[in-house]
Amino acid sequence: MTDPSVAAMTMAEKIFARTSGQATVAPGDYVTAAVDRMMANDAIMLIERFFKKASISKIADPDKLVVVFDHFFPAQTADQADKIAVSVDMLEALGVTHYLGAPGVSHQVMSERGFVRPGQLIMGTDSHSTLYGAFGAAGAGIGGLDMAYLLANGSTWFQVPDTVRFNLRGRMGEAVDSKDIVLHLIGRFGSDYCQYKAIEYAGEVAAAMTMSQRMTVANMGVEFGAKFALFAADQVTIDYLSEVTEDPIAPFGPDPGANYVAEHEVDISGLAPQIACPHSPDNVKAVSDVAGLKIDQAYLGSCTNCRVEDLAVAAQVLKGKKVAKHTRLLVAPASQQVLLDATKAGYVETLVESGAHILAATCGACMGLHSGLLGPSEVCISSTNRNFPGRMGSAEAQLYLASPASVAASAIRGEITDPRDIEH
Amino acid sequence: MKQRIEGRIWLFGDNLDTDQLAPGKALTLPWEQRRPRLFPKRPKLVEQLVPGDIIVAGKNFGCGSSREQAVENLQGLGVACVIAESYGRIFFRNAIAHAMPAISCPGISGICAEGDRVRFDWGTFEVNNLTNGNTLSAQPFSDDMIDIIRSGGLLNRMMQIR
Repeated sequence: MTDPSVAAMTMAEKIFARTSGQATVAPGDYVTAAVDRMMANDAIMLIERFFKKASISKIADPDKLVVVFDHFFPAQTADQADKIAVSVDMLEALGVTHYLGAPGVSHQVMSERGFVRPGQLIMGTDSHSTLYGAFGAAGAGIGGLDMAYLLANGSTWFQVPDTVRFNLRGRMGEAVDSKDIVLHLIGRFGSDYCQYKAIEYAGEVAAAMTMSQRMTVANMGVEFGAKFALFAADQVTIDYLSEVTEDPIAPFGPDPGANYVAEHEVDISGLAPQIACPHSPDNVKAVSDVAGLKIDQAYLGSCTNCRVEDLAVAAQVLKGKKVAKHTRLLVAPASQQVLLDATKAGYVETLVESGAHILAATCGACMGLHSGLLGPSEVCISSTNRNFPGRMGSAEAQLYLASPASVAASAIRGEITDPRDIEH
Repeated sequence: MKQRIEGRIWLFGDNLDTDQLAPGKALTLPWEQRRPRLFPKRPKLVEQLVPGDIIVAGKNFGCGSSREQAVENLQGLGVACVIAESYGRIFFRNAIAHAMPAISCPGISGICAEGDRVRFDWGTFEVNNLTNGNTLSAQPFSDDMIDIIRSGGLLNRMMQIR
């Protein structure tokens, strides 16, 4: 630290100190913070309504707002199509420059187009905005009215959270992915363990993760109850961002000596592939404990786990093999860019040859909207983030959450399968 | 804003999620069609609940999605107040934005049974179970949070921005 009068702060505290214009902040403080970046998805339809009701005709900083349609795209009803059209008209009138259309799931698009930067405070109208923590940004979800007020006002209220630190030690084993790690943590500590708190992921396993793997872990911060789920921005982050922006990017992390409400050493070595069983993301077991359960659907999709690396893993598992006859494998890439890159790399060809169906790059069945809903008697293994009753269709359907490798392996056998049991 | 909220309670356990409060498939439906789809795991509730009733719940109430329809649907049903051990943080924020009292009261599950009457007092932040006489202290709000609720929510505050 350069200034000894300033207390050592966690990443979340540093971000709130800067955005609220103070030298230092502490957990529990209420602050008014100027948010660096706002992301609105289809909730812009609600925001449009709130703006109209409150006669708001301009927003504080139109350049800060990024808009991506991912929930109701392609529209399932004429009414949805009409509401989207009305919202787009409003965006034009407000002078919003970063209206991007529907090129994929919002968080993936924000990331691959360089809208997420280390040290930023980013609010999105989607709970999985915690994903921005993969880049060392404090990302969190808020509702449409909260966002409407923030857009009109430029700043809003926050409470500075406590920070929990997880030091991930050892190394990831064969067929184990970052999804298995985050499922293991949520299962072990409980889905409300990080309630109202910021998480910092550190240790050699966190440092060794690719950006794609970090995005998966940060994304599921909300299933851990967290406000933010942060990784320090290091050379891995800088290398990723140098591909998507020409702006200089500096590392960002906590101050040495920062205070944590809890600090956990977690050894990842020896961890087996993990699976969240119905009906909660914290009902976690080893995949091998539920292996053999017949499945009707295998779903590879969402901002959690359908990036190019995930499709590469799935293609590797499925290469030269066929999806079981009684099972459907649905693939919804995280973005159009992901689909394009995976196509060029040959992964899409491998997946389609195995019998997979490629769907639009949207939220789709992940949140039970369209393209792959489950009937009451059906069982599905999915690479998505939540398995609440009714999340993907019928409230009676059984939804299991696992890594892309486990989803692909299960699709081949038509039953829940440990990816280590598939021969290459 | 009334000084006190008083009503009959409906009891829930931990982790009541936003897919129960606002099922994804019903999000854009008009209210008459949305209403019967709420609480898919407890479908009779929407008929039993009367305006002014209070929901008492365990930990992590409203966990999951950022969809504020979870709050709006409770308001639509006439729920006067939610009192829970803790909340999913986005639900809690949405409740404040929409001026829906969402009171955090550790220990509340332990002093309430289905059908009891409870009272919450904005002045003292105390929760009284009027049926069995137990009293607990709820976690206080900041002045700004109370001000948002008193002014009727963020929509009313937005009307002051020009």
